Amino acid sequence: MTADLIHFFTTNWLGQAIVILAQCLAVTIPLLVAVAYMTYVDRKVWASIQLRRGPNVVGPFGLLQPMADGLKLLLKETIVPSSANGVLFIIAPMIAFMTALVAWAVVPFDDGWVIADINVGILYLFAISSLGVYGIIIAGWASNSKYAFLGALRSAAQMVSYEVSIGFVLITVLLCVGSLNLSKVVLAQSGWFFNWFWLPLLPMFVIFFVSALAETNRTPFDLPMSEAELVAGFHTEYSAMTFGLFFLGEYANMILLSALGAVLFLGGWMSPIPYAPFTWVPGIVWFAFKIAFLLFIFSWTKGTLPRYRYDQLMRLGWKVFLPVSLGWVVITAAVLQFGGWVPKL
Amino acid sequence: MILQALAFYVFAFVVMASAAMVVVSRNPVYSVLFLILAFFNAAALFVLIGAEFIAMILIIVYVGAVAVLFLFVVMMLDINLTELREGFLKYLPVGALIGLVLLAEILLGLGVIGNTPTSLGALAKAGPQVLAIDNTRAIGRVLYTQYFYLFQVAGLVLLVAMIGAIVLTLRTRPGVRRQRISEQLYRPKGDAVTVVKVPTRGGV
Repeated sequence: MTADLIHFFTTNWLGQAIVILAQCLAVTIPLLVAVAYMTYVDRKVWASIQLRRGPNVVGPFGLLQPMADGLKLLLKETIVPSSANGVLFIIAPMIAFMTALVAWAVVPFDDGWVIADINVGILYLFAISSLGVYGIIIAGWASNSKYAFLGALRSAAQMVSYEVSIGFVLITVLLCVGSLNLSKVVLAQSGWFFNWFWLPLLPMFVIFFVSALAETNRTPFDLPMSEAELVAGFHTEYSAMTFGLFFLGEYANMILLSALGAVLFLGGWMSPIPYAPFTWVPGIVWFAFKIAFLLFIFSWTKGTLPRYRYDQLMRLGWKVFLPVSLGWVVITAAVLQFGGWVPKL
Repeated sequence: MILQALAFYVFAFVVMASAAMVVVSRNPVYSVLFLILAFFNAAALFVLIGAEFIAMILIIVYVGAVAVLFLFVVMMLDINLTELREGFLKYLPVGALIGLVLLAEILLGLGVIGNTPTSLGALAKAGPQVLAIDNTRAIGRVLYTQYFYLFQVAGLVLLVAMIGAIVLTLRTRPGVRRQRISEQLYRPKGDAVTVVKVPTRGGV
Protein backbone atom coordinates (compact mmCIF):
# COMPACT_ATOMS: atom_id res chain seq x y z
CA MET A 1 0.00 0.00 0.00
CA THR A 2 2.63 2.54 1.02
CA ALA A 3 4.88 1.30 -1.74
CA ASP A 4 2.03 1.90 -4.18
CA LEU A 5 1.52 5.40 -2.83
CA ILE A 6 5.22 6.22 -3.08
CA HIS A 7 5.23 4.86 -6.61
CA PHE A 8 2.18 6.99 -7.48
CA PHE A 9 3.64 10.22 -6.07
CA THR A 10 7.12 9.80 -7.52
CA THR A 11 6.53 8.41 -11.01
CA ASN A 12 2.95 9.13 -12.10
CA TRP A 13 2.62 12.61 -13.62
CA LEU A 14 -0.65 13.19 -11.75
CA GLY A 15 0.99 12.21 -8.47
CA GLN A 16 3.91 14.52 -9.18
CA ALA A 17 1.52 17.36 -9.98
CA ILE A 18 -0.27 16.77 -6.66
CA VAL A 19 3.06 16.80 -4.80
CA ILE A 20 4.12 20.08 -6.45
CA LEU A 21 0.74 21.65 -5.69
CA ALA A 22 0.97 20.55 -2.06
CA GLN A 23 4.48 21.99 -1.79
CA CYS A 24 3.32 25.32 -3.20
CA LEU A 25 0.44 25.46 -0.72
CA ALA A 26 2.76 24.48 2.13
CA VAL A 27 4.86 27.55 1.33
CA THR A 28 2.13 29.98 0.32
CA ILE A 29 -0.30 29.56 3.19
CA PRO A 30 2.23 30.07 6.02
CA LEU A 31 3.62 32.96 4.00
CA LEU A 32 0.23 34.66 3.82
CA VAL A 33 -0.30 34.13 7.54
CA ALA A 34 3.16 35.59 8.13
CA VAL A 35 2.26 38.58 5.96
CA ALA A 36 -0.93 39.13 7.94
CA TYR A 37 0.88 39.01 11.26
CA MET A 38 3.76 41.08 9.91
CA THR A 39 1.32 43.97 9.57
CA TYR A 40 0.33 43.41 13.21
CA VAL A 41 3.94 43.23 14.41
CA ASP A 42 4.80 46.33 12.38
CA ARG A 43 2.05 48.33 14.01
CA LYS A 44 2.93 47.05 17.49
CA VAL A 45 6.61 47.95 17.01
CA TRP A 46 5.83 51.46 15.77
CA ALA A 47 3.35 51.85 18.60
CA SER A 48 5.91 50.97 21.24
CA ILE A 49 8.49 53.25 19.59
CA GLN A 50 5.95 56.09 19.79
CA LEU A 51 4.81 55.12 23.33
CA ARG A 52 1.38 53.99 22.17
CA ARG A 53 -0.37 50.66 22.58
CA GLY A 54 -1.06 49.79 18.96
CA PRO A 55 -3.91 47.52 17.88
CA ASN A 56 -5.42 46.00 21.05
CA VAL A 57 -9.17 45.89 20.55
CA VAL A 58 -9.94 43.01 18.16
CA GLY A 59 -9.26 39.74 19.96
CA PRO A 60 -6.76 39.21 22.80
CA PHE A 61 -3.91 41.75 22.49
CA GLY A 62 -5.46 42.77 19.18
CA LEU A 63 -4.28 39.49 17.66
CA LEU A 64 -7.30 39.22 15.36
CA GLN A 65 -6.71 42.68 13.92
CA PRO A 66 -5.05 41.39 10.67
CA MET A 67 -8.04 39.10 10.10
CA ALA A 68 -10.44 41.98 10.58
CA ASP A 69 -8.42 44.17 8.20
CA GLY A 70 -8.27 41.43 5.58
CA LEU A 71 -12.01 40.80 5.85
CA LYS A 72 -12.70 44.50 5.49
CA LEU A 73 -10.59 44.74 2.35
CA LEU A 74 -12.31 41.68 0.87
CA LEU A 75 -15.81 42.98 1.49
CA LYS A 76 -15.33 46.50 0.18
CA GLU A 77 -16.22 47.43 -3.36
CA THR A 78 -13.48 47.47 -6.00
CA ILE A 79 -13.69 50.81 -7.72
CA VAL A 80 -12.20 51.14 -11.20
CA PRO A 81 -11.91 54.81 -12.20
CA SER A 82 -13.81 55.56 -15.40
CA SER A 83 -10.74 57.05 -17.09
CA ALA A 84 -8.50 54.16 -16.05
CA ASN A 85 -7.33 51.48 -18.42
CA GLY A 86 -9.52 48.64 -17.15
CA VAL A 87 -7.51 45.53 -18.04
CA LEU A 88 -4.11 46.82 -16.98
CA PHE A 89 -5.62 48.41 -13.88
CA ILE A 90 -6.70 44.97 -12.68
CA ILE A 91 -3.60 43.11 -13.90
CA ALA A 92 -1.13 45.40 -12.10
CA PRO A 93 -1.90 44.32 -8.50
CA MET A 94 -1.90 40.71 -9.64
CA ILE A 95 1.62 41.09 -11.04
CA ALA A 96 2.77 42.81 -7.86
CA PHE A 97 1.39 40.01 -5.70
CA MET A 98 2.44 37.14 -7.96
CA THR A 99 6.06 38.19 -8.28
CA ALA A 100 6.30 38.37 -4.50
CA LEU A 101 5.03 34.79 -4.25
CA VAL A 102 6.81 32.92 -7.07
CA ALA A 103 10.25 33.91 -5.78
CA TRP A 104 9.73 31.65 -2.76
CA ALA A 105 10.12 28.59 -4.98
CA VAL A 106 13.91 28.65 -4.63
CA VAL A 107 14.28 29.70 -0.97
CA PRO A 108 15.72 26.83 1.10
CA PHE A 109 13.90 26.59 4.45
CA ASP A 110 16.03 23.76 5.77
CA ASP A 111 18.52 21.25 4.42
CA GLY A 112 16.74 19.98 1.31
CA TRP A 113 13.49 21.83 2.09
CA VAL A 114 13.14 23.72 -1.14
CA ILE A 115 10.55 23.44 -3.91
CA ALA A 116 12.95 23.99 -6.82
CA ASP A 117 16.61 23.36 -6.02
CA ILE A 118 17.80 25.00 -9.23
CA ASN A 119 21.40 25.81 -10.10
CA VAL A 120 20.71 29.47 -10.81
CA GLY A 121 18.73 30.18 -7.64
CA ILE A 122 20.32 33.57 -6.97
CA LEU A 123 19.79 34.72 -10.54
CA TYR A 124 16.19 33.51 -10.43
CA LEU A 125 15.54 35.58 -7.31
CA PHE A 126 17.22 38.58 -8.90
CA ALA A 127 15.18 38.16 -12.08
CA ILE A 128 11.91 37.87 -10.19
CA SER A 129 12.67 40.84 -7.97
CA SER A 130 13.41 42.91 -11.06
CA LEU A 131 9.90 42.06 -12.29
CA GLY A 132 8.25 43.54 -9.22
CA VAL A 133 8.65 47.01 -10.71
CA TYR A 134 6.18 46.20 -13.49
CA GLY A 135 3.23 45.90 -11.14
CA ILE A 136 3.97 49.40 -9.93
CA ILE A 137 4.65 51.02 -13.31
CA ILE A 138 1.56 49.48 -14.89
CA ALA A 139 -0.54 50.50 -11.89
CA GLY A 140 0.67 54.08 -12.16
CA TRP A 141 0.08 54.30 -15.89
CA ALA A 142 -3.26 52.49 -15.96
CA SER A 143 -4.70 54.63 -13.16
CA ASN A 144 -4.53 57.66 -15.45
CA SER A 145 -3.92 59.93 -12.50
CA LYS A 146 -0.99 62.27 -11.98
CA TYR A 147 -0.25 61.24 -8.42
CA ALA A 148 -0.28 57.58 -9.28
CA PHE A 149 1.92 58.19 -12.31
CA LEU A 150 4.45 60.28 -10.41
CA GLY A 151 4.59 57.66 -7.70
CA ALA A 152 5.13 54.92 -10.26
CA LEU A 153 7.92 56.83 -12.00
CA ARG A 154 9.69 57.45 -8.72
CA SER A 155 9.31 53.88 -7.67
CA ALA A 156 10.57 52.51 -10.96
CA ALA A 157 13.65 54.74 -10.98
CA GLN A 158 14.35 53.87 -7.37
CA MET A 159 13.99 50.13 -7.78
CA VAL A 160 16.14 50.04 -10.90
CA SER A 161 18.86 52.08 -9.19
CA TYR A 162 19.07 49.97 -6.09
CA GLU A 163 18.87 46.72 -7.99
CA VAL A 164 22.30 47.50 -9.41
CA SER A 165 23.93 47.49 -5.99
CA ILE A 166 21.97 44.41 -4.92
CA GLY A 167 23.36 42.72 -8.02
CA PHE A 168 26.93 43.48 -6.95
CA VAL A 169 26.20 42.26 -3.42
CA LEU A 170 24.94 38.99 -4.87
CA ILE A 171 28.10 38.74 -7.00
CA THR A 172 30.37 39.08 -3.95
CA VAL A 173 28.45 36.37 -2.13
CA LEU A 174 28.57 34.01 -5.07
CA LEU A 175 32.29 34.65 -5.47
CA CYS A 176 32.74 33.41 -1.92
CA VAL A 177 30.48 30.40 -2.49
CA GLY A 178 31.37 29.36 -6.00
CA SER A 179 27.79 28.44 -6.82
CA LEU A 180 24.49 30.12 -7.67
CA ASN A 181 22.51 27.49 -5.78
CA LEU A 182 20.97 28.93 -2.60
CA SER A 183 21.33 25.68 -0.65
CA LYS A 184 25.04 25.69 -1.44
CA VAL A 185 25.24 29.32 -0.31
CA VAL A 186 23.94 28.24 3.09
CA LEU A 187 26.18 25.17 3.26
CA ALA A 188 29.23 27.33 2.52
CA GLN A 189 28.52 29.24 5.75
CA SER A 190 28.46 26.22 8.05
CA GLY A 191 29.99 26.55 11.50
CA TRP A 192 29.94 29.25 14.12
CA PHE A 193 27.89 32.41 13.65
CA PHE A 194 31.05 34.38 12.90
CA ASN A 195 31.65 32.10 9.93
CA TRP A 196 28.47 33.40 8.32
CA PHE A 197 29.02 35.94 5.59
CA TRP A 198 27.73 38.92 7.58
CA LEU A 199 31.11 39.33 9.27
CA PRO A 200 33.58 38.91 6.37
CA LEU A 201 31.27 40.84 4.04
CA LEU A 202 29.93 43.31 6.60
CA PRO A 203 29.84 46.37 4.27
CA MET A 204 27.98 44.29 1.71
CA PHE A 205 25.46 43.21 4.35
CA VAL A 206 24.78 46.84 5.20
CA ILE A 207 24.44 47.78 1.53
CA PHE A 208 22.18 44.80 0.96
CA PHE A 209 19.91 45.75 3.82
CA VAL A 210 19.64 49.41 2.84
CA SER A 211 19.02 48.44 -0.79
CA ALA A 212 16.37 46.01 0.41
CA LEU A 213 14.65 48.92 2.16
CA ALA A 214 14.75 50.85 -1.11
CA GLU A 215 13.57 47.86 -3.16
CA THR A 216 10.52 47.36 -0.99
CA ASN A 217 9.76 51.11 -0.88
CA ARG A 218 9.98 51.30 2.88
CA THR A 219 10.99 54.30 4.95
CA PRO A 220 13.39 56.11 4.67
CA PHE A 221 12.91 55.37 0.96
CA ASP A 222 9.11 55.37 0.73
CA LEU A 223 8.99 58.26 -1.73
CA PRO A 224 6.77 56.36 -4.21
CA MET A 225 3.94 56.61 -1.71
CA SER A 226 4.95 59.63 0.32
CA GLU A 227 1.56 60.72 1.56
CA ALA A 228 2.53 64.32 2.07
CA GLU A 229 3.14 64.96 -1.63
CA LEU A 230 1.59 62.14 -3.66
CA VAL A 231 -1.53 61.13 -1.69
CA ALA A 232 -0.63 57.43 -1.76
CA GLY A 233 1.67 57.18 -4.76
CA PHE A 234 1.04 54.46 -7.29
CA HIS A 235 -1.90 52.93 -5.43
CA THR A 236 -3.83 56.16 -5.00
CA GLU A 237 -6.68 54.95 -7.21
CA TYR A 238 -6.85 51.43 -5.82
CA SER A 239 -9.48 50.27 -3.40
CA ALA A 240 -10.56 47.09 -1.66
CA MET A 241 -8.74 43.89 -2.66
CA THR A 242 -6.84 45.47 -5.55
CA PHE A 243 -5.17 47.65 -2.93
CA GLY A 244 -5.00 44.61 -0.67
CA LEU A 245 -2.96 42.71 -3.24
CA PHE A 246 -0.42 45.55 -3.45
CA PHE A 247 -0.23 45.60 0.30
CA LEU A 248 0.21 41.83 0.57
CA GLY A 249 2.78 41.93 -2.21
CA GLU A 250 4.77 44.64 -0.46
CA TYR A 251 4.88 42.73 2.81
CA ALA A 252 5.58 39.41 1.07
CA ASN A 253 8.48 41.16 -0.69
CA MET A 254 9.79 42.42 2.62
CA ILE A 255 9.70 38.92 4.05
CA LEU A 256 11.32 37.60 0.89
CA LEU A 257 14.21 40.04 1.04
CA SER A 258 14.64 39.26 4.75
CA ALA A 259 14.76 35.57 3.86
CA LEU A 260 17.30 36.33 1.15
CA GLY A 261 19.36 38.31 3.64
CA ALA A 262 19.17 35.39 6.07
CA VAL A 263 20.29 32.95 3.38
CA LEU A 264 23.10 35.08 2.00
CA PHE A 265 24.52 36.57 5.18
CA LEU A 266 23.07 34.92 8.28
CA GLY A 267 23.66 31.28 7.46
CA GLY A 268 20.11 30.31 6.44
CA TRP A 269 18.96 27.34 8.49
CA MET A 270 22.29 26.93 10.37
CA SER A 271 22.30 27.23 14.15
CA PRO A 272 24.59 29.99 15.43
CA ILE A 273 26.57 27.63 17.66
CA PRO A 274 27.27 24.27 16.03
CA TYR A 275 26.99 22.19 19.24
CA ALA A 276 24.46 19.96 20.90
CA PRO A 277 21.51 21.86 22.41
CA PHE A 278 21.47 24.37 19.59
CA THR A 279 21.68 21.87 16.76
CA TRP A 280 18.62 20.01 18.15
CA VAL A 281 16.47 22.94 17.18
CA PRO A 282 15.09 22.33 13.66
CA GLY A 283 16.73 24.44 10.97
CA ILE A 284 13.48 26.05 9.89
CA VAL A 285 13.12 27.55 13.38
CA TRP A 286 16.53 29.20 13.15
CA PHE A 287 15.65 30.41 9.66
CA ALA A 288 12.38 31.90 10.94
CA PHE A 289 14.23 33.59 13.80
CA LYS A 290 16.69 35.18 11.41
CA ILE A 291 13.91 36.40 9.12
CA ALA A 292 12.06 37.80 12.13
CA PHE A 293 15.21 39.60 13.27
CA LEU A 294 15.65 41.30 9.89
CA LEU A 295 11.94 42.15 9.73
CA PHE A 296 12.20 43.76 13.14
CA ILE A 297 14.96 46.01 11.78
CA PHE A 298 12.62 46.89 8.89
CA SER A 299 9.96 48.04 11.35
CA TRP A 300 12.51 49.71 13.56
CA THR A 301 13.88 51.85 10.71
CA LYS A 302 10.35 52.80 9.72
CA GLY A 303 9.63 53.91 13.27
CA THR A 304 12.90 55.84 13.55
CA LEU A 305 14.04 57.49 10.35
CA PRO A 306 12.54 60.41 8.43
CA ARG A 307 12.07 60.20 4.66
CA TYR A 308 14.94 60.90 2.27
CA ARG A 309 14.74 63.64 -0.31
CA TYR A 310 14.57 62.23 -3.83
CA ASP A 311 17.92 63.59 -5.05
CA GLN A 312 19.56 62.30 -1.88
CA LEU A 313 18.08 58.89 -2.55
CA MET A 314 19.50 58.82 -6.07
CA ARG A 315 22.85 60.09 -4.85
CA LEU A 316 23.04 57.34 -2.26
CA GLY A 317 22.21 54.69 -4.84
CA TRP A 318 24.44 55.76 -7.70
CA LYS A 319 27.26 57.72 -6.10
CA VAL A 320 27.77 55.83 -2.87
CA PHE A 321 26.47 52.27 -3.06
CA LEU A 322 27.40 51.56 -6.67
CA PRO A 323 31.13 52.49 -6.37
CA VAL A 324 31.46 50.91 -2.94
CA SER A 325 29.85 47.63 -3.96
CA LEU A 326 31.76 47.54 -7.25
CA GLY A 327 35.02 48.13 -5.38
CA TRP A 328 34.15 45.45 -2.87
CA VAL A 329 33.54 42.95 -5.68
CA VAL A 330 37.06 43.63 -7.00
CA ILE A 331 38.59 43.44 -3.51
CA THR A 332 36.79 40.20 -2.69
CA ALA A 333 37.85 38.64 -5.97
CA ALA A 334 41.46 39.72 -5.43
CA VAL A 335 41.54 38.46 -1.85
CA LEU A 336 40.03 35.12 -2.84
CA GLN A 337 42.44 34.75 -5.76
CA PHE A 338 45.67 35.79 -4.06
CA GLY A 339 44.81 34.51 -0.59
CA GLY A 340 44.18 31.06 -2.06
CA TRP A 341 40.59 30.97 -0.76
CA VAL A 342 38.91 30.41 -4.10
CA PRO A 343 36.10 27.95 -3.31
CA LYS A 344 36.84 24.41 -4.43
CA LEU A 345 34.29 23.39 -7.00
CA MET B 1 8.46 14.19 -23.17
CA ILE B 2 4.86 14.97 -24.14
CA LEU B 3 4.67 17.61 -21.43
CA GLN B 4 7.91 19.17 -22.66
CA ALA B 5 6.68 19.24 -26.24
CA LEU B 6 3.40 20.77 -25.11
CA ALA B 7 5.25 23.40 -23.08
CA PHE B 8 7.46 24.17 -26.07
CA TYR B 9 4.47 24.74 -28.34
CA VAL B 10 2.69 26.89 -25.79
CA PHE B 11 5.73 29.10 -25.19
CA ALA B 12 6.62 29.26 -28.88
CA PHE B 13 3.05 30.20 -29.77
CA VAL B 14 2.98 32.96 -27.14
CA VAL B 15 6.33 34.30 -28.35
CA MET B 16 5.09 34.49 -31.93
CA ALA B 17 1.69 35.89 -31.01
CA SER B 18 3.04 38.56 -28.69
CA ALA B 19 5.76 39.50 -31.20
CA ALA B 20 3.02 40.03 -33.77
CA MET B 21 1.05 42.07 -31.26
CA VAL B 22 4.10 44.29 -30.68
CA VAL B 23 3.85 45.36 -34.29
CA VAL B 24 0.10 45.61 -34.72
CA SER B 25 -1.18 46.89 -31.37
CA ARG B 26 -2.47 50.45 -31.50
CA ASN B 27 -1.12 51.72 -28.22
CA PRO B 28 2.70 51.89 -27.90
CA VAL B 29 2.49 51.01 -24.20
CA TYR B 30 0.73 47.79 -25.14
CA SER B 31 3.48 47.16 -27.67
CA VAL B 32 6.14 47.35 -24.97
CA LEU B 33 4.11 45.14 -22.66
CA PHE B 34 3.75 42.54 -25.41
CA LEU B 35 7.48 42.82 -26.04
CA ILE B 36 8.04 41.98 -22.38
CA LEU B 37 5.73 38.98 -22.73
CA ALA B 38 7.75 37.86 -25.75
CA PHE B 39 11.04 38.17 -23.82
CA PHE B 40 9.56 36.21 -20.99
CA ASN B 41 8.42 33.33 -23.15
CA ALA B 42 11.75 33.32 -24.98
CA ALA B 43 13.37 32.89 -21.57
CA ALA B 44 11.02 29.98 -20.91
CA LEU B 45 12.15 28.40 -24.20
CA PHE B 46 15.77 28.77 -23.08
CA VAL B 47 14.89 26.99 -19.84
CA LEU B 48 13.32 24.17 -21.85
CA ILE B 49 16.57 23.51 -23.74
CA GLY B 50 18.50 23.60 -20.46
CA ALA B 51 20.14 27.01 -20.89
CA GLU B 52 18.91 28.34 -17.56
CA PHE B 53 21.73 30.89 -17.20
CA ILE B 54 20.90 32.63 -20.46
CA ALA B 55 17.20 32.48 -19.58
CA MET B 56 17.77 34.29 -16.30
CA ILE B 57 20.14 36.84 -17.84
CA LEU B 58 17.56 37.49 -20.56
CA ILE B 59 14.96 38.30 -17.92
CA ILE B 60 17.32 40.35 -15.75
CA VAL B 61 18.81 42.42 -18.57
CA TYR B 62 15.97 42.78 -21.05
CA VAL B 63 12.86 42.52 -18.91
CA GLY B 64 14.30 43.98 -15.72
CA ALA B 65 16.28 46.86 -17.17
CA VAL B 66 15.92 47.56 -20.89
CA ALA B 67 12.16 47.11 -21.13
CA VAL B 68 11.62 49.20 -18.00
CA LEU B 69 13.40 52.10 -19.69
CA PHE B 70 11.41 51.51 -22.90
CA LEU B 71 8.20 51.62 -20.93
CA PHE B 72 9.38 54.73 -19.13
CA VAL B 73 10.04 56.56 -22.38
CA VAL B 74 6.89 55.38 -24.13
CA MET B 75 4.71 56.35 -21.18
CA MET B 76 6.24 59.82 -20.96
CA LEU B 77 5.86 60.54 -24.66
CA ASP B 78 2.67 62.13 -25.88
CA ILE B 79 2.25 60.09 -29.03
CA ASN B 80 -0.37 60.82 -31.62
CA LEU B 81 -1.66 57.40 -32.57
CA THR B 82 -3.22 58.26 -35.92
CA GLU B 83 -0.04 59.97 -37.07
CA LEU B 84 1.88 56.90 -36.06
CA ARG B 85 -0.32 54.60 -38.14
CA GLU B 86 0.07 56.62 -41.34
CA GLY B 87 3.52 55.41 -42.29
CA PHE B 88 2.66 51.77 -41.69
CA LEU B 89 1.86 50.78 -45.28
CA LYS B 90 4.61 52.95 -46.70
CA TYR B 91 7.30 51.20 -44.67
CA LEU B 92 5.77 47.73 -44.93
CA PRO B 93 7.90 46.62 -47.95
CA VAL B 94 11.12 47.71 -46.22
CA GLY B 95 10.11 45.90 -43.04
CA ALA B 96 9.22 42.77 -44.97
CA LEU B 97 12.55 42.90 -46.79
CA ILE B 98 14.49 43.17 -43.53
CA GLY B 99 12.44 40.31 -42.12
CA LEU B 100 13.25 38.14 -45.15
CA VAL B 101 16.97 38.89 -44.88
CA LEU B 102 16.96 37.97 -41.20
CA LEU B 103 15.03 34.77 -41.91
CA ALA B 104 17.51 33.83 -44.63
CA GLU B 105 20.41 34.46 -42.25
CA ILE B 106 18.87 32.27 -39.59
CA LEU B 107 18.22 29.48 -42.07
CA LEU B 108 21.77 29.73 -43.42
CA GLY B 109 23.22 29.82 -39.94
CA LEU B 110 21.27 26.79 -38.80
CA GLY B 111 22.27 24.95 -41.94
CA VAL B 112 18.76 24.42 -43.27
CA ILE B 113 19.92 25.95 -46.58
CA GLY B 114 23.42 25.22 -47.84
CA ASN B 115 24.56 22.97 -45.01
CA THR B 116 28.25 23.47 -44.25
CA PRO B 117 30.25 21.87 -41.46
CA THR B 118 30.63 25.27 -39.72
CA SER B 119 26.92 26.07 -39.58
CA LEU B 120 25.33 26.29 -36.15
CA GLY B 121 23.06 23.33 -36.76
CA ALA B 122 25.97 21.11 -37.69
CA LEU B 123 28.03 22.31 -34.74
CA ALA B 124 25.21 21.68 -32.31
CA LYS B 125 24.78 18.14 -33.61
CA ALA B 126 28.48 17.39 -33.47
CA GLY B 127 29.06 18.82 -30.00
CA PRO B 128 29.05 16.38 -27.08
CA GLN B 129 26.28 16.72 -24.51
CA VAL B 130 28.06 18.21 -21.53
CA LEU B 131 25.95 17.64 -18.47
CA ALA B 132 28.80 17.27 -16.00
CA ILE B 133 29.04 21.02 -15.37
CA ASP B 134 26.22 23.51 -15.15
CA ASN B 135 26.01 26.01 -17.95
CA THR B 136 26.92 29.05 -15.82
CA ARG B 137 30.31 27.45 -15.27
CA ALA B 138 30.58 26.34 -18.88
CA ILE B 139 29.99 29.90 -20.14
CA GLY B 140 32.38 31.34 -17.57
CA ARG B 141 35.16 28.98 -18.66
CA VAL B 142 35.11 30.08 -22.28
CA LEU B 143 34.05 33.70 -21.79
CA TYR B 144 36.98 34.65 -19.59
CA THR B 145 39.61 32.58 -21.37
CA GLN B 146 39.00 31.92 -25.03
CA TYR B 147 36.88 35.01 -25.72
CA PHE B 148 38.59 37.29 -23.21
CA TYR B 149 39.54 40.05 -25.69
CA LEU B 150 36.13 40.04 -27.37
CA PHE B 151 34.55 40.29 -23.95
CA GLN B 152 36.72 43.28 -23.09
CA VAL B 153 35.91 44.94 -26.41
CA ALA B 154 32.20 44.47 -25.76
CA GLY B 155 32.70 46.14 -22.40
CA LEU B 156 34.53 49.03 -24.05
CA VAL B 157 31.73 49.51 -26.57
CA LEU B 158 29.24 49.74 -23.73
CA LEU B 159 31.50 52.18 -21.88
CA VAL B 160 31.71 54.41 -24.95
CA ALA B 161 27.92 54.32 -25.31
CA MET B 162 27.52 55.22 -21.66
CA ILE B 163 29.97 58.12 -21.79
CA GLY B 164 28.31 59.32 -25.00
CA ALA B 165 24.90 59.34 -23.34
CA ILE B 166 26.27 61.26 -20.36
CA VAL B 167 28.04 63.81 -22.57
CA LEU B 168 24.88 64.37 -24.59
CA THR B 169 22.65 64.93 -21.60
CA LEU B 170 24.97 66.58 -19.09
CA ARG B 171 24.20 70.26 -18.69
CA THR B 172 25.75 72.48 -16.07
CA ARG B 173 23.51 75.39 -15.31
CA PRO B 174 25.14 78.36 -13.63
CA GLY B 175 23.69 79.78 -10.47
CA VAL B 176 22.25 76.54 -9.13
CA ARG B 177 22.89 75.93 -5.47
CA ARG B 178 23.96 72.36 -4.97
CA GLN B 179 24.09 70.31 -1.84
CA ARG B 180 27.70 69.42 -0.99
CA ILE B 181 27.37 66.49 1.34
CA SER B 182 31.09 66.29 2.18
CA GLU B 183 31.17 69.95 3.27
CA GLN B 184 28.14 69.37 5.43
CA LEU B 185 29.74 66.35 7.01
CA TYR B 186 33.07 68.07 7.69
CA ARG B 187 31.48 71.07 9.36
CA PRO B 188 32.77 71.21 12.95
CA LYS B 189 30.25 70.61 15.66
CA GLY B 190 30.86 74.03 17.21
CA ASP B 191 29.52 75.82 14.11
CA ALA B 192 26.33 73.85 13.92
CA VAL B 193 25.11 73.11 17.42
CA THR B 194 25.03 75.21 20.56
CA VAL B 195 24.11 73.51 23.78
CA VAL B 196 21.89 75.68 25.90
CA LYS B 197 21.13 75.04 29.51
CA VAL B 198 17.48 76.00 29.77
CA PRO B 199 16.24 76.88 33.24
CA THR B 200 12.84 75.47 34.07
CA ARG B 201 10.03 77.84 33.05
CA GLY B 202 12.71 80.31 31.96
CA GLY B 203 12.71 79.64 28.22
CA VAL B 204 15.71 80.19 25.99
